[in-house]
Amino acid sequence: MTTFAIELTDIDKRFGAVHANNKVCLQVKLGNIHGIIGENGAGKSTLMSILYGFYQADAGQIDVLGKAYTFTDSHQAIAAGIGMVHQHFMLVENFTVLENVILGSEGGALLANGLAEARKELTRLGDEYGLKVDLDATIDTLSVGLQQRVEILKALYKGAKILILDEPTGVLTPQETKELFRIFAALKQQGVTIMLITHKLREIMSITDQVSVMRGGQMVAHRDTCDTSREELAELMVGRKVLLKVDKGPANVRALLMQVKRLTMKDAQGVERLKDVTFELRAGEVLGVAGVSGNGQTELLEALAGITPITSGSIEVLGKKMDAKHPLAPDTLRQLGLAHVPEDRHRMGLITDFSASESALLGYHADRNINTGIWLSKHKVDANCEQLMHAFDVRPVDPHLKSASFSGGNQQKLILAREMERNPEILLIGQPTRGVDIGAIEFIHERIIAMRDAGKAVLLVSVELDEIMSVSDRIIVLCDGAISGRIDAADADERTLGMMMANALDPIDPLQTMNDEKVSSNNLSAQEAHS
Amino acid sequence: MNRETRIAWINGLLLPFLNIFTAFAVTAVVFWLIDVNPIEAAEVLLYGAFGYEEGIGYTIYYTTNFIFTGLAVAVAFHAGLFNIGGEGQAYVGGLGAGLAILMLDPSLGAWVFIPASIIGALLFGALWALIPAYLQAYRGSHIVITTIMFNFLASSLMVYIMVHVLRETGQMTPQSELFPTNAWMPFVHDVAAGFSYSIEASPLNLSVLLALLCSVLVWFFLWQTRWGYAIRATGKNNTAAVYGGIKPKRIIIIAMCISGALAGLVSINELVGYQHRLIMDFHLGYGFGGIAVALMGRNHPAGIIVAALLFGTLYQGGAELAFEMSGVSRDIVVVMQGLVILFCGALDYMYRPWLIRTLAPVAKQPVLSGSTTGAAA
Repeated sequence: MTTFAIELTDIDKRFGAVHANNKVCLQVKLGNIHGIIGENGAGKSTLMSILYGFYQADAGQIDVLGKAYTFTDSHQAIAAGIGMVHQHFMLVENFTVLENVILGSEGGALLANGLAEARKELTRLGDEYGLKVDLDATIDTLSVGLQQRVEILKALYKGAKILILDEPTGVLTPQETKELFRIFAALKQQGVTIMLITHKLREIMSITDQVSVMRGGQMVAHRDTCDTSREELAELMVGRKVLLKVDKGPANVRALLMQVKRLTMKDAQGVERLKDVTFELRAGEVLGVAGVSGNGQTELLEALAGITPITSGSIEVLGKKMDAKHPLAPDTLRQLGLAHVPEDRHRMGLITDFSASESALLGYHADRNINTGIWLSKHKVDANCEQLMHAFDVRPVDPHLKSASFSGGNQQKLILAREMERNPEILLIGQPTRGVDIGAIEFIHERIIAMRDAGKAVLLVSVELDEIMSVSDRIIVLCDGAISGRIDAADADERTLGMMMANALDPIDPLQTMNDEKVSSNNLSAQEAHS
Repeated sequence: MNRETRIAWINGLLLPFLNIFTAFAVTAVVFWLIDVNPIEAAEVLLYGAFGYEEGIGYTIYYTTNFIFTGLAVAVAFHAGLFNIGGEGQAYVGGLGAGLAILMLDPSLGAWVFIPASIIGALLFGALWALIPAYLQAYRGSHIVITTIMFNFLASSLMVYIMVHVLRETGQMTPQSELFPTNAWMPFVHDVAAGFSYSIEASPLNLSVLLALLCSVLVWFFLWQTRWGYAIRATGKNNTAAVYGGIKPKRIIIIAMCISGALAGLVSINELVGYQHRLIMDFHLGYGFGGIAVALMGRNHPAGIIVAALLFGTLYQGGAELAFEMSGVSRDIVVVMQGLVILFCGALDYMYRPWLIRTLAPVAKQPVLSGSTTGAAA
């Protein structure tokens, strides 16, 4: 019996001129948790796709549990004992857990038999691995953490001995992450091998046995986790020294620029997405908005930017006031000096079919400096884009290249350049470093701090707690559309924020509530001492 | 040549060419099945369209109509709207042009009549598109449904107006009285004669210059002005457009009005340029043909001119074919046009995956820190 669950030897894959995997070797020990890290485009996804049968390698050998395979589709990989939990779950929302699990292995035309057998088997699996899920609950009633558990069950049900998880913690609260890691430990104890693909160094350090680092299509290092450090791994990923901490001085807080009072917003279905949100934003500070994705952050940004109308409450921004009856349009706000870097750059931040220079114009196409009479001066449009690209080191410096052809980090830098180079008074910024390389993250954080130090106000929405804690001066936490906590960044730690994100802190003395902010006590769980 | 450029060439040139070729190949099979020699038929068709001055005149005359409706579809398309109502807008545009001429004093000069009729056609065409646009923007009624309905409404409305209001006194035919000669858009052969240059008489009139001018203006508007930018942004990504401060409701109204106005100009070519009176059903087929023209022309004015020429050729050459060859009826010509629309419209992307795989294979780009390159060759 071999000691390796997976052995990849000299895997080579080219896409045209690009060498996505260059003679990659990897040995994953049986029953271990093995982490694979690397920047976007380092070749992790390609390698996993080859292992799961989505792509075929140009050269190289795949051994699974001591046997050599050539996978031409994922069914063969599943048959060999590999299970994959994708970043985006592949579940039918209005099916029950049980129905989802047997999808693709129904066992005959009539469901009754298959369902009964599956129920037995799943109960056994659940007991064995500590994976408790209500088998008759429909998926859409389950939390994200539980849905992920269903995905894991699904893989185990299909006989997986080796689990591959792609960025499994991106959508989880810290508590859910902890629970997931507990499941990993149980799985490991039962002899399941786990491959964890992530860019979060902290997780690699806390859960894996071994870690492999990829860079530029090559495996650059294998380490036993106990023999390495976050700093070393970061350096290996990027290929140079990286500062994990953001370098910043104390905030010099000045004038009040934005005051949000009792902001409430209902969506088209009448569901309250934001409940009674009250806060203020001052010049010279970064206000971080933490929370598990989907708890009202998107709605908050869109309400503040004038994109979606609010239901009640008011927003005073740069001397103007908007409420339900008197909305301000995005272009009006932009002219006032409010810039907005949206969370989703493909859906909102740029137009992927447009050239970079046209995307660099979004929101500013009516600018007098670019229009001469009725002409949109092509020359000035390109010059504007080139200048932005130089200022924010966007590569390649080609204004005519389609926006979609830039890497995530460069797209993001282009958007940041567009919004920041016009020297706005307030910057709303959502998930500034999502899907961005470590090198670019550093740069983006520096720019945000530079804006703060120049006396501008920044509202930062992010699901990355590290980012929130290191960049912000003050933090508010959103849970289910309401503010569930306020804290000074200096006092914040992951545990406290995690509790606030789950709205699990005991309500504290209402007397501590700030007198200038009226907040209903059930929304408010923690309160910063703030003047 | 990098991948993006290759794909642009494939989409813009190679694909339409292959599609037309396929359409003609299938047409040849149909001809062969009904015992018509396809090569002979092609000769007759090409001769009919380009073989003699009058034929060329007709071809360009038809092309003019297709340019107007093709541009109309394209402008709406860039805003993400599918304007199926070119037929109705062209028809009602004719009413605008006709009314402008009939209501003015017949003794006025051409310099009053021609601009007045153009403005009338533009206004009425735009008006006919404005209502569906309003319904789409503020009431959420789908533009495809409403514009189709408005084609029928236009038909009924025009029958009523032609029969009860504008019918020439003492005549049974539902057509208006003849426009005063001052109001006629000059024929190209007349203009040529003015320069003592003799060409055969044909319906070809100066509206063709108007069509070319419109092509340039549409290009300028869409790609060189901030309004065009707003329209294209809305069409490509509505969410991003809203984020950018563009108001999609306003864009829907603007784009549809321009679209309707362009379709309305068909009547300048047909009525002011050739029929010289308001008649029934002068617009038939051009509105729908415009959809195929715009699709084939990739919604770009230059492409639209070329595609319109193809359709003009089919119209004129097809008529000649039905006339010259026994065994070929007018219906076969419709089949031929249908096949071109099928392969250039519905099956437009049939060859695309294959072409792109062979001629522009995917090259995933390496995203290395700090040395990111764009589309790899």
